[in-house]
Amino acid sequence: MTIPRGAIFGFLGPNGAGKTTSVKLLLGLAKPTSGSAEILGQPIGERSSRRRVGYLPELFRYQPWLTAREVLLLHCELAGIDRAAWSREIENALAVVGLSDRGSSRVATFSKGMQQRLGLGVALLGDPELVLLDEPTSALDPVGRHDVREIIRALRDRGVTVFLNSHLLSEVEQVCDRVAVVDRGKVIAEGTLDELLHTDTVRIRATDLPRDARTQLAGFGAIDMDGEWLVARGLNGDRVPDLVASIVRLGGRVHAVEPRHETLEDRFLQLLAGD
Amino acid sequence: MLALTIARLTVLELLRRRLFLVLIGLTLVVIGLTSWGIAQVTTVGGRPMTRVEQITVVSQLLILVGFMFSFTLSFSAVFAGAPSLSGDVESGTALSILARPISRAEFVVGKWLGVIFTIVVYALPATALQLFVVDRIVQYVPPHPVEFVGFVVIEGIVVLTLALLLSTRLAGMVGGVVALILWGVAWIGGIVGGVGLVLSNATATHIGTATRLILPTDGMWRGAIWAFEPASVVAALRASGAVAAGNPFFSADPPDALYVAWTAGWIVLFLGAAIWSFQHREI
Repeated sequence: MTIPRGAIFGFLGPNGAGKTTSVKLLLGLAKPTSGSAEILGQPIGERSSRRRVGYLPELFRYQPWLTAREVLLLHCELAGIDRAAWSREIENALAVVGLSDRGSSRVATFSKGMQQRLGLGVALLGDPELVLLDEPTSALDPVGRHDVREIIRALRDRGVTVFLNSHLLSEVEQVCDRVAVVDRGKVIAEGTLDELLHTDTVRIRATDLPRDARTQLAGFGAIDMDGEWLVARGLNGDRVPDLVASIVRLGGRVHAVEPRHETLEDRFLQLLAGD
Repeated sequence: MLALTIARLTVLELLRRRLFLVLIGLTLVVIGLTSWGIAQVTTVGGRPMTRVEQITVVSQLLILVGFMFSFTLSFSAVFAGAPSLSGDVESGTALSILARPISRAEFVVGKWLGVIFTIVVYALPATALQLFVVDRIVQYVPPHPVEFVGFVVIEGIVVLTLALLLSTRLAGMVGGVVALILWGVAWIGGIVGGVGLVLSNATATHIGTATRLILPTDGMWRGAIWAFEPASVVAALRASGAVAAGNPFFSADPPDALYVAWTAGWIVLFLGAAIWSFQHREI
């Protein structure tokens, strides 16, 4: 599996699939029993491979006895950022994650969501080339989630690669260029959203159709009936008017036509079911 | 040197969690009470004490206070050391730190140095203040005060290193309990060894020797006692023969250089084991 530089890469999978373990392997926090990987051209586990990487862990917890500014300062030092840039980096990170007015507050006084925002700020320090975000919005409210999506898009605009672990498939769908689905430690699907999702489905609400309508419309591909809804899969968009015309010719009355995009959740569930 | 960054963070944690404050506060209370007590011990059998009697009593009281310092330091080292690694791993704090370009060895050594700094910063002024106050009251200073601090600090470092090693694999509470039990076993082992000398029992003597080699805390404590024993007490107890060896608060001689070297090697070995163990675990 290769993640191209500058991509927003979504890593999906059910609980226990190995998503967090994969991130830990990439960062040298866990050791592989076999296989190999590289991160920004460096073998994983090497200290140098972590120099240009930002990381927000799923289990985010920062020293409660430090202030937010002190946590960021600690990570500036650990990341090897030039001391002259610390102040600018810290204030910038606080501003980006919306904590400018709480920089001097102890982490112990922060809500879970604020701690996650701080963790995101920590991950953004020092202009990283790769940012690994493990469930970055698990503790955030809708406003916070929106903010995180904007931050991720801003990272993409700067050419930063983002590796996003998330259970929130709609979120992944909104920001990711590519996704991989992992199950029981194995990648079972990978590609762009266009490659993974079927977009050639149309739903038509039609009444007064003859009993053998499905047979007569078989030439348009796989047709299913769902109550008053007729669902055609594998149909090129250009042929939708022809299908509607055929339904009318059969005596049917057309009330609605909905091109239906398969959601990532639909596809995710299909993949896990063995499709 | 990122180990120093972690050491500074560890000291800051102990400061902000008010360990220093508690230690200083309680130590000042103890120094005040013991100094008051020493000031009251001026007569024996209704007559004023001779100078020799006074030095004997004050020196033995100081050894008991010294035992309290050694006890406090060892327990503080355990309480600070045992959860230092396991707590960070369990809480997730270690995840964000170790994802940075810092080696696990630097992380472990940083924690170790931070607690050692705390031990030294506590032991030096606390001992100095106690001895200064006693000197003002009875004009007596034990023969080797610097060596006393040295031996007590080394004892603290030994038990800290053990707690840190346990912390790489065990939860803080479990590691702390194990370290304290072993510390107690080593102390009792030293007493058993002394009793073995009194009774000329080779097995008991060997038990004492073995425990002092396996965990050199009691050996260092014996050095601290020696540092506070006045020559008059040493001479009197030596004259009493082997019986004095059974007294857990008496030591006529300092640990020899070979034993101190063994203790230094023990610390290096156990610190190395802690680094190796932490390097080979998942965070």
